[in-house]
Amino acid sequence: MYQIRPEDKAYVEEFKKTPIGHHSPNLQRILNLFRGEPMAGKYVLICTRPHREWTLAVLPGARGERIRMTEEVFQSIEQAEWYVFKQRWAKYAGENLGD
Amino acid sequence: MKQIMGYSDKISVCPSETIRFMVSCEKASNYKARLVRIIHGDTNPEGPGYKERAVKSDLEGTYKGRKQAICPGSCIVIPNHRAFEQLGSFSVQAMVWPTTPEKGRQSILSRWNAKSGAGFILGLDDQGGLVLTLGDGTGASEDVRTGKVMLAREWYFVAASYNAANGEVCLYQDPLVAYAKVDTSAELRRTAKVRPRHANGAPFVVAAHYAQTSNGRARTDGHYNGKIDRPSLADRVLSRLEMEQLRGGDPPHSLSSAIVGLWDFSKQITTEQIIDVSPNRHHGETLNLPARAMTGWNWTGEEMCWRHKPEQYGAIHFHDDDLYDAGWEADFAFTAPAGLQSGLYAAHVATEDDEDFIPFVIRPERGKATSKLVFVVPTASYMAYANEHMATDAALAELLTGSVVALQPVDVFLHEHREYGYSCYDTHSDGSGVCYSSRLRPILTMRPKYQSWLGGKGSSLWQMNADTHIIDWLEAMKFDYDCITDEDLHAEGYEAIAPYRVFMTSTHHEYWSKQMWDALDAFKKAGGRLIYTGGNAWYWRIAYHPTKPGVIEVRRAEGGIRAWAAEPGEYYHSFTGEHGGLWRRQGLAPQKMAGVGFSAQGFDLSSYYRRTKESFDSRVNFIFEGVDKDELIGNFGLIGGGAAGLELDRADRLLGTPPNALVLASSENHTPIYMVVLEEILINAPGLCGGENDLVRADIVFYETPSGGAVFATGSIAWAGSLSHHNYDNDVSRITSNVLRRFLDERPF
Ligand SMILES: [Fe+2]
Repeated sequence: MYQIRPEDKAYVEEFKKTPIGHHSPNLQRILNLFRGEPMAGKYVLICTRPHREWTLAVLPGARGERIRMTEEVFQSIEQAEWYVFKQRWAKYAGENLGD
Repeated sequence: MKQIMGYSDKISVCPSETIRFMVSCEKASNYKARLVRIIHGDTNPEGPGYKERAVKSDLEGTYKGRKQAICPGSCIVIPNHRAFEQLGSFSVQAMVWPTTPEKGRQSILSRWNAKSGAGFILGLDDQGGLVLTLGDGTGASEDVRTGKVMLAREWYFVAASYNAANGEVCLYQDPLVAYAKVDTSAELRRTAKVRPRHANGAPFVVAAHYAQTSNGRARTDGHYNGKIDRPSLADRVLSRLEMEQLRGGDPPHSLSSAIVGLWDFSKQITTEQIIDVSPNRHHGETLNLPARAMTGWNWTGEEMCWRHKPEQYGAIHFHDDDLYDAGWEADFAFTAPAGLQSGLYAAHVATEDDEDFIPFVIRPERGKATSKLVFVVPTASYMAYANEHMATDAALAELLTGSVVALQPVDVFLHEHREYGYSCYDTHSDGSGVCYSSRLRPILTMRPKYQSWLGGKGSSLWQMNADTHIIDWLEAMKFDYDCITDEDLHAEGYEAIAPYRVFMTSTHHEYWSKQMWDALDAFKKAGGRLIYTGGNAWYWRIAYHPTKPGVIEVRRAEGGIRAWAAEPGEYYHSFTGEHGGLWRRQGLAPQKMAGVGFSAQGFDLSSYYRRTKESFDSRVNFIFEGVDKDELIGNFGLIGGGAAGLELDRADRLLGTPPNALVLASSENHTPIYMVVLEEILINAPGLCGGENDLVRADIVFYETPSGGAVFATGSIAWAGSLSHHNYDNDVSRITSNVLRRFLDERPF
């Protein structure tokens, strides 16, 4: 499993600018780690107003069990991406990123 | 929570034919129904927006709401018989390959009445060891257990006998493969206090036990996951040697009077029939389509096709979540009136707080075309994806989309309510692949307004709702068209499309039966024109059930991008005996049908195409009328922001692209999550992603056929998402309409 290295910090800005789409190989490697998380506890979005609003939720990792909705609500997918990235950065790099 | 949903008995009707609708309401005591024509199911405010056309019809009205149950889980039911009721002593046995011994109590062979608690069940106990349960029907029951937990996915001989004279029970749990230090075998003898009551009115059930009968259907419980092979029932205590003699081949004469039933699942594999090869002929039927043509306990690996050695394919794989026909009662019926324009329709049903669309196709009168253009609605592909659960079951979903997976309320509902059944992209609760998919149940992903996590950034549409981009464009551009479905093409063959000049496919026409393939091949050979504005078509070979309506089979044989892999020896369809898997692996790559075939996929952003030198050939001037010579084609759109995206096809002479084909444009600049398809990879090596591999591209191809016809293909699922851009005035729309106009023109190419 890839482990976040100090020099990876340089790619946080790149992600913030372009969360979805073309990425440098170094950023892509970080995202492969983040986005490849196992299902139990994985973040997903639930579309709560079509094309307008998405609520962050957490998968249970088992069939039929409830998907837990959180209080986090976003008006764009990009906002949600940045929020989830920050949570995962804290988990894997041990550092809280600002807004 | 979904409040209302339904399905129909048919997926297409001609005028004067009748279609029935089955509806279930969670709470509402009544609901309204009306007929709509589906035009544009995409609710994205960046596009033209949702469009339907209300159609006056006699199905319109208010109906009584009621909840209809859906009961998944497959099994075999052998109707009750005097011989079962009159049993005293008995022996039961089978070869079994349990896949979830740990899941809790499961019934393997049973004659049990759940209401009275009378009879017996040979099954797995809550630990995963063999148990014989005896019930006297007055409240007393007794378990005799081996106490040894079985290993998953290992073959076992399991058996029990009961001696009515002295209450002695013998239990046998014998693995075929032995391991050092792990002993899961057991053989025990015990005296039971409870005397089983055989006069219980219950059928003999394999892989479950009988619970009750409702609406004329046996409801079952205690469903078992795994394979069962060659079960039998005898009316006396058999010795271990006699049990051995029943494991294969013809039983010896000395046993013939003892055998009550000996069921050989290698007979009638293509059907739901279960054959008792004993003279007593206690034949039965499968319920909810467990998987047949499965390798048996005696499969040697020397033969890969069940037709060649059926005696090694005597296993059936049962799943507690198999579902064929929900079996709901009909709420209303609709007879298509003459003169109703052919198209994609739906019965819209709505309570005060929820709605559902039950889509179906209205065809023109049988044998009569009302247009020169036929749009073939790929209902087999819709079924393959029916109620697909990848977003909540497969950890790689977020890697495929390159963005946090976005679920719709329907996806959450299907995750929490597993009883609506699976798609051929899912695995069963025991991890084995889902090889059958039926439409006789609500398919909540086959709906207008539904968005799919797979559908790229933007509108995020997949399959049926994505195809409404094409329907909307045909309507907006005032092209007339008829609709038929895959099922019509399969059932009627070439005849179903012979009256047409142009065959237009959908965004992702992936699943084809041999009959469908041959029909389109014949159409092309007769000079018909093919427009393929989609990606990854003609990929998987499927079989329709020869007699049961509305169900397809997919075997994910070796090769191809697969959500699961068929087990060795299980590549042949049980419905037909045909080899499953990719058409490409059977010598028919998609390039042979349309000049392009699956090459790469990714599900974040789409891209554009760049014209090639070949696009300036005078043969294709008509295609590029109104398009600038250095214009990037489709650098916009509702699906990922470009016309080249999601699944991409390329031309390849060696895979079958005709030598006269012109590659008019190729896409480029795909993101790094686009990757080359697996069937192109022999030795895996770095460099398989967008931006670094030449196979990550879509090609636009045109070629003439020898009979004056022609083929035009764009090789991208996202193409249709660009058609409506700038009020339908854009290069994707222009190219598509230039091609369609010329293809409708009778002049031979
Ligand atoms: Fe597909």
